[in-house]
Amino acid sequence: MSEVKMTVNGKAASGKVEGRTLLVQFLRENLKLTGTHVGCDTSQCGACVVHVNGQAVKSCTMLAVEADGAEVSTIEGQAAPDGTLNTIQQAFQDHHGLQCGFCTPGMVMSAAALLKDNPKPTEADVRHYLDGNICRCTGYHNIVKAIMAASGQDVSTIAAE
Amino acid sequence: MYNFDVEVPATVAEAVEALGRDEAQPISGGQTLIPTLKARLAAPSVLVSLNAIAELKGVRKDDAGLLCIGGGTTHAQVAKDAEADYPALASLAARIGDPAVRNRGTIGGSVANNDPSACYPAAVLGSGGTVVTNNREIAADDYFIGMFETALDEGEIVTEVRFPVPEAAHYEKHIQPASRFPLVAVFVAKFADGVRVAVTGASENGVFRWTEAEEALSGNFSADAVAGLKADGSQMISDLHGSGEYRAHLVGVMTKRAVAAITG
Repeated sequence: MSEVKMTVNGKAASGKVEGRTLLVQFLRENLKLTGTHVGCDTSQCGACVVHVNGQAVKSCTMLAVEADGAEVSTIEGQAAPDGTLNTIQQAFQDHHGLQCGFCTPGMVMSAAALLKDNPKPTEADVRHYLDGNICRCTGYHNIVKAIMAASGQDVSTIAAE
Repeated sequence: MYNFDVEVPATVAEAVEALGRDEAQPISGGQTLIPTLKARLAAPSVLVSLNAIAELKGVRKDDAGLLCIGGGTTHAQVAKDAEADYPALASLAARIGDPAVRNRGTIGGSVANNDPSACYPAAVLGSGGTVVTNNREIAADDYFIGMFETALDEGEIVTEVRFPVPEAAHYEKHIQPASRFPLVAVFVAKFADGVRVAVTGASENGVFRWTEAEEALSGNFSADAVAGLKADGSQMISDLHGSGEYRAHLVGVMTKRAVAAITG
């Protein structure tokens, strides 16, 4: 076991982990931040996407010890402390961008990474960027629409809800 | 996963020393290795992480005009930093896996693993690149030995990959949509003194040069020059995604499309 220290959603966090402990296990089991989901556990589905030093990564495919010293943000850090949803989360609610909700944490974190690099993406940009985020409800149209809306663009011409 | 210890050295020298221990294995981005460990297909007792080694990261041009990419450089970084000098390579990097995978996976890891369907080996072999390790330089033609097999020795680390920049190049990838690996992909590079064509995803022996196509294209760089050529299907991968014959057919189609993309 070794000690890891990182900043998670702006707060210092630490704990003892094994070499094999995945970042997602550390978040969920040590820190009890269960908003980050494990879907496939094979780096295909994207339900576990978090940001490490500002970059989207699949936390089921990164060792916790490799995040030692990193700045990590998860879905729990997206809303304001009083619970007010951020722009992307609010757009998901407004445009029915979720059905069962299992993939949603990863979708929101991937969307945040996309909009940071590309503040006005095209619909095609959004769809390409979500290559690694799978929605088993197949609710993609409204997810894409929500992300377009969160970027401040007109979504009235995008496929129906 | 079976448990293991993780070491996180800060320099190549420290990493090489750590890898000298029994059953130690390097881990770079881990986008292939971690799933492999989860499936218990590998059981190292020590993983030596290469991710904290600053000297392994970055893209630069050397005095000879070669584009030199540190082994620990992520696909996302290559997609950005190689764009100006070698757009076909940047485009290949930008299409590996998905955005989150590209933020972790590295060129050194891809080249060291030599998955028979990986993207980078096609660019390295197709460009006539050089794989640089902690103790030698290996020409691409001597480096890729077979499926998951390279000229690397035990404990040897890919520190840099050097690419001669062709006059024009294109990577044409027929994607296998579930894995996002190529079902078959072809890298065509046109140099002043000839054309190189490297194929990934197709052969049981891993990435290979399609020499018949190279000869035809070196005389006449047009899609028509390769229209009549057929790749040999006898050594091709056959699986539920496609038969060897189908893959051999795709080799021809991808090569034609790559050439057509260059000639416009």
